[in-house]
Amino acid sequence: MLNAAIWPTFDYSRVPYRLYHDPEAYQREQERIFRGPTWNFLGLEAEIPNPGDFRTTYVGDTPVIVNRDANGTIYALVNRCAHRGAMVRREMSGNAGEHTCIYHQWCYGLDGRLKSIPFRRGIRGKGGLDPSFDMAVHGLRKLRVASVNGALFGTLADDVEPVEDYLGAPVLAQLRRLFERPVTILGYNRQRIRANWKLYAENTRDNYHASLLHEFLVTFGLDRSTQVGGVKMDARHRHNITWAEAESDSPELAQEAYGAARVRSNYLSLKEPELVRFRRERADPLNIAITSVFPSAVFVQISNSLAVRQIRPRGIDEVEIFQTMLGYADDPPDLTLHRLRQANLVGPAGLVSMEDGEAIEIAHRASKPDRDSTTVIELGGAGVISDRDYRVTDVPLRGFWSYYAELLGIEPAGAVR
Amino acid sequence: MTEAAAGSSAGDRFALYDLFAVYGALIDAAEFDVWLSLFAATCTYHIVPRENYERRLPAGLVYCDSRAVLEDRIRALREANKYNIHTDRHLIGLPRLTGEEGEAKLVEAPFAVYQTDQEGETRLFATGLYRDRIVVEAGGLKFRDKLVLLDTFAVPSLLATPL
Repeated sequence: MLNAAIWPTFDYSRVPYRLYHDPEAYQREQERIFRGPTWNFLGLEAEIPNPGDFRTTYVGDTPVIVNRDANGTIYALVNRCAHRGAMVRREMSGNAGEHTCIYHQWCYGLDGRLKSIPFRRGIRGKGGLDPSFDMAVHGLRKLRVASVNGALFGTLADDVEPVEDYLGAPVLAQLRRLFERPVTILGYNRQRIRANWKLYAENTRDNYHASLLHEFLVTFGLDRSTQVGGVKMDARHRHNITWAEAESDSPELAQEAYGAARVRSNYLSLKEPELVRFRRERADPLNIAITSVFPSAVFVQISNSLAVRQIRPRGIDEVEIFQTMLGYADDPPDLTLHRLRQANLVGPAGLVSMEDGEAIEIAHRASKPDRDSTTVIELGGAGVISDRDYRVTDVPLRGFWSYYAELLGIEPAGAVR
Repeated sequence: MTEAAAGSSAGDRFALYDLFAVYGALIDAAEFDVWLSLFAATCTYHIVPRENYERRLPAGLVYCDSRAVLEDRIRALREANKYNIHTDRHLIGLPRLTGEEGEAKLVEAPFAVYQTDQEGETRLFATGLYRDRIVVEAGGLKFRDKLVLLDTFAVPSLLATPL
């Protein structure tokens, strides 16, 4: 049984492996997190700039259409026909005036309203639907939609706080920083990892692993834990910003911390140093800003590569990472090329990210047979969950689990938040 | 069959087949430095998800717009990156001449790559299409531009070794 007694500690410094493998947990996550009071990243306004433009996506397991109607209003609709439950819109993206299910051609407007049903009155007075059938209550279910500078969020819950309050001031500021100017889509990449989705959600909050697992970061001086940096969360500690300032450490300090053998060469030893060279674009000095929004979005700046990742659970044992690579609409061509080159750093083939796929697969595989054992989450100390101005920490993982426990209804009395 | 293909001699055809056979064999043997020698001195190598290509979106999974970036990626693979322990097996279909562009031959070939893990389990890792510009350099055929158009753009686990 999934209940508050599964937690050995009240500070989430021990997480039972069963939470990565339990079908009951997965079902409850879908119901209480993804269909519950959370705001889920849906996509970008820049992906549907024109009336009739649509994209299909997911909120947890739930298929969703995001589209713009003739007036420019954006709707998000559950992509499931009211008749037989079939997926109405099958394409990834496109432009249309309506959505028609192929099965029996029930037709919906871009606002989700059921517009027409073939043979509604039957043929020659025989068959069809009873005149009492109310089309108005058989539309596609609407999500509430909110836009933060063009980043679209949706929720299936009626009783969730406004998105600005949900994100909190620090995360909101990060999103407004990333989306300070109109963005352009450089492309997509996708990765199917054979691991539970929460291992990935934890990974993006885990500052400790970055310079250890991703050796490239240290070897070529792109990101080291000796830099000025830290973790910053919202008041409820469900989201996290991992940040670091460019060129804020010295090679000597890095060599002392990591050992000279690890810091073998700086980026100038690359044949193409532009691969990692940070071009400062803003007043602030951040060259790493990774903003994880509960439950399943990650807004990423690594050097000059910009992206949004959507974590899509695909059952207990698999997760899809759907990443949208971004630039700004007013980027000059040489900056676009720079971002395309630096896209080598991220994604399934990323020089500083490919390892994540392997790391969470081996964690998933080895934790499976022993569900009552636990992980250890104590870097930066156990106990209170709070921001840190250093990088050797995994405190934000405990914030994630704290909110997870609350939403799943398994929060122990007296637990930290 | 295109005119370019019809006009090429049997010898040219065999040289082309040989290039692709060696290309796959060298990756499967993890001989990446020798593999690099199949590319021209000035070259590009891109792995692009089909969903980007079809939407004319420029981002790739691997974006080597110069030989320098390609060599850096191979160095990173050797010195820094960690990935699933596996062996690759390339099955490359017959290359097809599709045209000429200056001194370069335009060539396409379909491929499948299977990966086998340490416990002997094999899975289909990727299918796709090579779309290449091939030139004669230093007395042999070399890839000047290699586009790996990836059908399997939901990458299983991760992509470390070249396709």
